[in-house]
Amino acid sequence: MRLVTTPSQTVGPYVHIGFDPMTVTDLAKDAAGERIVVAGRVLDGAGQPIPDAVLELWQANAAGRYAHPEDAGSAPLDPAFLGFGRVPTDGDGRFRFTTIRPGAAPGPGNTLQAPHIVVCLFMRGLLRHLFTRIYLEDAPENAGDPILALIDEPARRGTLLARRTAGEAEYRWDIVMQGDRETVFFDV
Amino acid sequence: MADPVGYRRAAPGTQPEWLHPPYRSSVGRAPTRPPVRAPHTISEITGPIFGHDRVGPDEVDLTRQHGAPAIGERIIVGGRVLDEDGRPLPGTLVELWQCNAAGRYRHPLDQHDAPLDPNFTGFGRAIADAEGRYRFVTVRPGAYPWRNHANAWRPAHIHFSLFGPGFVTRLVTQMYFPGDPLLPLDPIFNCVADPVAQQRLIAAFDLESTVPEVALGYRWDIVLRGRAATPMER
Ligand SMILES: [Fe+3]
Repeated sequence: MRLVTTPSQTVGPYVHIGFDPMTVTDLAKDAAGERIVVAGRVLDGAGQPIPDAVLELWQANAAGRYAHPEDAGSAPLDPAFLGFGRVPTDGDGRFRFTTIRPGAAPGPGNTLQAPHIVVCLFMRGLLRHLFTRIYLEDAPENAGDPILALIDEPARRGTLLARRTAGEAEYRWDIVMQGDRETVFFDV
Repeated sequence: MADPVGYRRAAPGTQPEWLHPPYRSSVGRAPTRPPVRAPHTISEITGPIFGHDRVGPDEVDLTRQHGAPAIGERIIVGGRVLDEDGRPLPGTLVELWQCNAAGRYRHPLDQHDAPLDPNFTGFGRAIADAEGRYRFVTVRPGAYPWRNHANAWRPAHIHFSLFGPGFVTRLVTQMYFPGDPLLPLDPIFNCVADPVAQQRLIAAFDLESTVPEVALGYRWDIVLRGRAATPMER
């Protein structure tokens, strides 16, 4: 007999008590690969910053391999790279983390996924977390990415592209919960 | 490489919708467009695996993290972490946070006029053992007011966060206590349409884990998403 899953409930306004002990804003540490910074804001339907959000991040290493036994790929593991981040927003809804540029990982069929970071988003007001993805706008693989291709309105794909800020290995990516610039979230 | 075997999708009504107007904060924050349905790739079925080194020995007993015992009714909360097929999920990281026995969180935003307990932080964590079991000692949290609607009180609850085997098995939820008269009035508890799924949120009093002369025991099993195919089919 199959069991019913335990329902999700909101993290509420005091999420920092539970999440801060394991905050990770530097995923890169001693890992191999190109260091990048991703920074941005989380905004609500009125364009107001959300100060009580937490982003959890999950990504492959520089070679495109995940630190998990079910990734049986041939790309090398990097013992210095777990690929997990937990990044809270500050009082102005801003977040910032350092990581390494992820490698391309396999997609459904014989496709290749463009470099991306999976994001699991928590905040007061969300009864259930949301999944989205960060892609890097300057990655040539984006054009063939099988997940970006699922987004019917091409204009909305842009909400998942982190944009390189002038001259730096730094990308800007905002999360917008509602409205014209509403971020694409995934039902996974 | 063959496509990975994904995890099951939630049956209708068993997980909350993002927009639930009785819970006011959802109105300005729930997405207005339906999420884009996507298959589970290697990026979703994998996820961080945390070792036992993440958990200190004092983290499963929230009543003894300071110089003196925490104030309140001491309780034991334990159970198993399972998947939908009833299989235990050993190694699952379980994080927990809660207010103190008076209904106050140790957090600068909590201005409820109830006393703080200097000997209670309200944070714990555990790693599920080989049978998927976890066990915490804590104090029974108080009910607390919130300003969602007139005379609004949250039923006593403990926040739980779990990492299962993959990133899509992630779950953050709240555990409630049996017989709480505030449950039928709480918009957060009542965001779950399916009554069987909703009952999963309520722990059971458990004489077996009750320690004589020490603390009442509550049993709360947590069920994470299961695989869309069994390992044998894979
Ligand atoms: Fe709470």
